[in-house]
Amino acid sequence: MTEVQVSPEVAEYTEVHRHPEPKSFLSKWIFSVDHKVIGIQYLLLAIVAVFVGMGLSLLVRLRLIMPETPIPLLGALFPVGAPDGVMTPEFYLAMLTMHGTVMVFMVLTTAPQGGFGNYILPIQIGAADMAFPRLNMLSFWCTFVSFLLLMAAFFVEGGAPMSGWTGYPPLSAVPEATVQGIGQDLWIASIAVFCIASLLAALNFIVTTLDLRAKGLTMMRLPLTCWTWFVTAILGLLAFGVLLAAGVLLLLDRNVGTSFFVPAGLVVSDKVIDHSGGSPILWQHLFWFFGHPEVYIAILPGMGVTSHILATFARRTVFGYKAMVYAIAAIGILGFVVWGHHMFVSGMSPYSAFVFSILTMCIGVPSAIKTFNWIGTMWGGKIRFTSPMLYSIGFVSLFVSGGLSGIFLGQPTVDLYFHDTYFVVAHFHLIMGVAAIFGMFAGLTFWFPKMFGRFMDERLSKIHFWLTFTGVYAIFGPMHYLGMLPHPRRYAEITGVDYLTATSGAADLHLFITVSAILTMLVQFVFLYNFVYSLIKGRTCTEDNPWEATTLEWAISTPPPHDNFAGKVPHVYRGPYDFSLSGAKRDFAMQCNDDKAVYGPGSAAGD
Amino acid sequence: MGLLLAIVVWGITLAMSIPFVTQTWWMPEPITALGREIDGAFMFTLVFTGVIFLLAQAALGYAVWRFGRQSDEPASDSHGNTRLEILWTFAAAAIFVGLALYGYTVWAETRFIDHKSMVQTEDRLVVEVTGQQFVWNMRYTGEDNEFGPTDISLIDDAAGNPVGVDRSGPGGADDIMVPEMRVPVNKDVEVVLKSKDVLHNFFVPELRIKLDTVPGLVGKLAFKAEKEGKYEIVCSELCGLGHYKMRSFLHVVSQEEYDAWIAEQASYVF
Repeated sequence: MTEVQVSPEVAEYTEVHRHPEPKSFLSKWIFSVDHKVIGIQYLLLAIVAVFVGMGLSLLVRLRLIMPETPIPLLGALFPVGAPDGVMTPEFYLAMLTMHGTVMVFMVLTTAPQGGFGNYILPIQIGAADMAFPRLNMLSFWCTFVSFLLLMAAFFVEGGAPMSGWTGYPPLSAVPEATVQGIGQDLWIASIAVFCIASLLAALNFIVTTLDLRAKGLTMMRLPLTCWTWFVTAILGLLAFGVLLAAGVLLLLDRNVGTSFFVPAGLVVSDKVIDHSGGSPILWQHLFWFFGHPEVYIAILPGMGVTSHILATFARRTVFGYKAMVYAIAAIGILGFVVWGHHMFVSGMSPYSAFVFSILTMCIGVPSAIKTFNWIGTMWGGKIRFTSPMLYSIGFVSLFVSGGLSGIFLGQPTVDLYFHDTYFVVAHFHLIMGVAAIFGMFAGLTFWFPKMFGRFMDERLSKIHFWLTFTGVYAIFGPMHYLGMLPHPRRYAEITGVDYLTATSGAADLHLFITVSAILTMLVQFVFLYNFVYSLIKGRTCTEDNPWEATTLEWAISTPPPHDNFAGKVPHVYRGPYDFSLSGAKRDFAMQCNDDKAVYGPGSAAGD
Repeated sequence: MGLLLAIVVWGITLAMSIPFVTQTWWMPEPITALGREIDGAFMFTLVFTGVIFLLAQAALGYAVWRFGRQSDEPASDSHGNTRLEILWTFAAAAIFVGLALYGYTVWAETRFIDHKSMVQTEDRLVVEVTGQQFVWNMRYTGEDNEFGPTDISLIDDAAGNPVGVDRSGPGGADDIMVPEMRVPVNKDVEVVLKSKDVLHNFFVPELRIKLDTVPGLVGKLAFKAEKEGKYEIVCSELCGLGHYKMRSFLHVVSQEEYDAWIAEQASYVF
């Protein structure tokens, strides 16, 4: 085991037991129990998934502007779904379903929590690893199996499922209602395995945060990133269990003949389906009891990363740290009692809309607090425009834009018009899609030097930021206008409805969106190139703390040694964002700096 | 770089807002009193959120520009401002909860008050709408003002009995099945929503009402159209491969025209 020097930033430390470093390739890189390797595994999985998901959305966008035009190669790849390269409506729906599922589960849930959370959280709290390293490995490999199951759905008879990422029965429960067969079963199996993985991961994150913090690192000294990973884990623990149960019930309905979600007397194409007594609305309750917290599972880590990075590069402490913590907690709690706003027009009791609506509008309050505090953090700062900072500022803008359309949808009366239109598509893509992904871009460019010992190319990152930031607005901004028309979502083409084909402008808007989408997708290859190039040939980072940041991950060598602190866990003396303290020697004070280190020996504050 | 970012943020903000001001892509005119109230709630929300949207993005751009300039001033070491924190918490709560409460009265009228009174109106017209992949079936009671019993074993799409009306029993003989909906103008109409197979959604944009048709459940909507015309009924819940073309029409016509039409339909019934 190599001896590692303790960073000069660490004032005092506690000796802890060290674990032997794994020797073989297999135990070091594949079946690793090291949270850092697992974090990178999650990130790589998410990168593969995000490009798959992006490719699917390309097909979706192409069919919307040219439903009849053959697309080269597609016919060879999917002879049934796209005969001669022309996508059938059911193939369109399958692509849509898989796009949503891949993005929500394999990207938005894995990267922010499984990727960055896994890698950074133990280091930021001064732990050698997660509380249960083997469980952590199991979480990742379950997620991987879940991804394979989902991908398998493309290649089975009947192809991928077409009931949407929400999988509403009876469409998802009654094989006769769709052209798909086992694809839907694989979809459910994939989700179920994913739920197990996420439950295990959630337990691990919660125990790690509560039990393994360094000496002096009280909860109210936790970096906001850790707070969001912690609250996200609690949400995951409570939400994924419900989805797992719902998934198992749906699988039974499809294959064993139970009737949890399928009522009696169903007649599909003149054929009576043998079921009795279930309720399709039950699935919606169970699904959205998971589904709404899932939105926060996707976005909360992005909020944490944004707070962290805005403070670091504005050289200011987070404005209203306590208010930020309370807001995170409030969003977490309220997130569990608003699922009904997805169901205002589902046929559930209209009385319940009152409760769900007012609670939904209440979520606007902590969200507003966070936005004000982000702007307040930059106010009076000295902003350094690094690429992580640009992505974080972009996050705030996208969060505001995507959040405010929620105020329309949270009111049942206004939702009557907008429900299941492109207005909703615009809303959730801006907030849980691209805002969350901007959080990931920010996190990746920020922690890349620590993880890999090299910087990402700053110029390429900035080009990627400008084009992606304007690009996503060009894609999702006009979708609000489609919603005004009102253009229902999940329509394979616009030829079936008169008011969309006439002079409504729907076709022009679709063309504009598709062109913007294609350009923005191309820009993502700049990012991919930058990622791969920087891994191999990026400018090396030899410093421990290249960004002059304050939290513990910057007090260890780059890249981090095995066991993170090499058995010497630093003590924590201060809050996470002590920037620009008056009287201090530098414009930042690390959490492991005591007052003597910050103000110099003999100074008034240091005594 | 701060100024450039500020200009981009402001530019995007303006570009996104302008079509909402010019109403370039807009909702069709509502044809009911409730529709106008719903539009009122929408406009109210649009103004409030629009102002917040502009202010928040403007402040973001300004902060980035103002504090992104090179200067020798050290960054402020203020940790926050409790008074400000309380102020914006309450301001946000007042606006958001206020909007929710404002919306409540309209929701109550949409789904309770008018509906209740309409159901109690004796001379209302009741139309049963049954969704199936991928058509709408409209059933009228015929002269006896009563829907006949249905039986799923009698369902036969080809023979023109898509919901399985028992023609032999009382009430069923004069039931009328049509693919499009026709109602008199200024008449209270109750829509009874059903589904044969999967979820569908009954949505007429001009009426501003929308409700899923759920197999196993009966949904109810009510409206009173004030303007004659032909309006589209579009399915707004994913129902399968033909979802995009599952639509029908609502014809709002004069009472005379309606009477003539219904008489003609009745003549087809044995």
